[in-house]
Amino acid sequence: MTPPTPPLRTFGQPHSYPGKLIIVEGIDGSGKSTQLLLLQKWLESQGHNVFFTEWNSSDLVKETTKKGKKAKSLTPTTFSLLHATDFASRLYHSILPPLKAGMIVLADRYAYTAFARDAVRGVSRSWVRKLYSFAVQPDLAFYFKVPIDTAIARLLGGTRGQFKYYEAGMDMGISQDVTESFRIFQSRILAEYDKIVDEYGLTVMDATKEIEDQQDDMREVVTKALEHYKPKRGGYGKRATVFWRRFGVPKPERS
Amino acid sequence: MAKGRQYFGDGLAYLNPSDLKGKLIVIEGTDGVGRSTHIELLQEWLEVQGYGVITTGWTRSSLMSRTIDTAKQGNILDHWSLSLLYATDFADRLEHQIIPALRSGFIVLADRYIYTAFARETVRSGDPTWIRDVFGFALVPDLVCYLRIDADTLALRVLESNGMNYWESGMDLRLGTDLYDSFKKYQTLMIEEFDKMAEEFKFEVVDARKSLEDIQEFLRAKIQPMLTSARSRGLARVPAPAGTTAPATEGS
Repeated sequence: MTPPTPPLRTFGQPHSYPGKLIIVEGIDGSGKSTQLLLLQKWLESQGHNVFFTEWNSSDLVKETTKKGKKAKSLTPTTFSLLHATDFASRLYHSILPPLKAGMIVLADRYAYTAFARDAVRGVSRSWVRKLYSFAVQPDLAFYFKVPIDTAIARLLGGTRGQFKYYEAGMDMGISQDVTESFRIFQSRILAEYDKIVDEYGLTVMDATKEIEDQQDDMREVVTKALEHYKPKRGGYGKRATVFWRRFGVPKPERS
Repeated sequence: MAKGRQYFGDGLAYLNPSDLKGKLIVIEGTDGVGRSTHIELLQEWLEVQGYGVITTGWTRSSLMSRTIDTAKQGNILDHWSLSLLYATDFADRLEHQIIPALRSGFIVLADRYIYTAFARETVRSGDPTWIRDVFGFALVPDLVCYLRIDADTLALRVLESNGMNYWESGMDLRLGTDLYDSFKKYQTLMIEEFDKMAEEFKFEVVDARKSLEDIQEFLRAKIQPMLTSARSRGLARVPAPAGTTAPATEGS
């Protein structure tokens, strides 16, 4: 019995799948999720089948992460490994199949988030890079660069109203004051991101611009990247409504 | 022994291992080979001599044990996630259990160690490098004893005890059409992998088909020289438990 052929160190070299992988990075309050949502709307309006996946969302480890956070028993290493497990599970189930089928995958945060955060939490930079060596290299990686004060103002003033415990690095005992802790912790992450941008050649977006202006910039870059992309569709459409429309039956309540 | 404690790879960047004065002793071997029985006997033997002992077992961390059980119940587990779940469990035990114990001078008896994860991942992916990188934060043990068995004898033993289960039979690999065929093929691959590692990492290998007493005697003979403080502390020689042989003492 011969074992399967050894996988290559996939991260760091272009993938050969027919689909496209577009990811966004940035600290909390950089506006990356908003921009990705707008990009998705646009791509779908262009007739693309788009799959979305976000950091730390797989069922497999979500509960455990929550439990560990609650018990405050997570160490920098277990924190890092849990996120890698989540990533592996999503890569296997949510990212690779549509990429292999030739569809577009949008990811809110990617391995770079781990590179930045885990380094600030004190794990070895080279170790965390090796950990993610099985990741697929994105076709496009946007980094939404924002000054720390802008991010804080956005988070306090608008959409969320407060900081999350781990996002503020409160577990690191930097400061008792949540805002101050967030400022210090996320500033360190910004510094890591700056290094990562150079190391991996991420596309830097000016996240202080108006939302619609940023989106225009983003769509321009994406248009260029999709120039030679041949969209693949199954023909059924993603929503049940397509099916019901075809047969002229009222659509069901639950969809 | 004067070398001091080392990490396997990149290590925990925030923790200097040099003051971990206890001993880390690993018993490795495939499923159903009798590791836990021997660890129980070793613990008894060491405690009678006055040594502090803790045991730690694969997937037994408070953080992960339930997650891993749940994950294994489904059939959706990919090999990366499985390996990373093991790594998370191991890291949790390392930082909350093994390292504190070693720092306080305990002897840690580990029922399986990173080599189990190496074998399982390598058999599944054919790539031994990534999994070694992942476990770069592990401590290099002071001693690894490997209970070696052949797949035929193992199959009989497992059937006689708990029976064959899905994961120990490597059913996720689709190696055979039924549980038995799959078990045999999977465990053969696992044993091959362990044999390679026995050379690479200098395991002390003992034939697990020998009698319990013979194996226990072998293990004690390997552990005894590490207990340097035993003689200087003038520990009383306590008769070994019935059915086992007292450890060989060299010299005076």
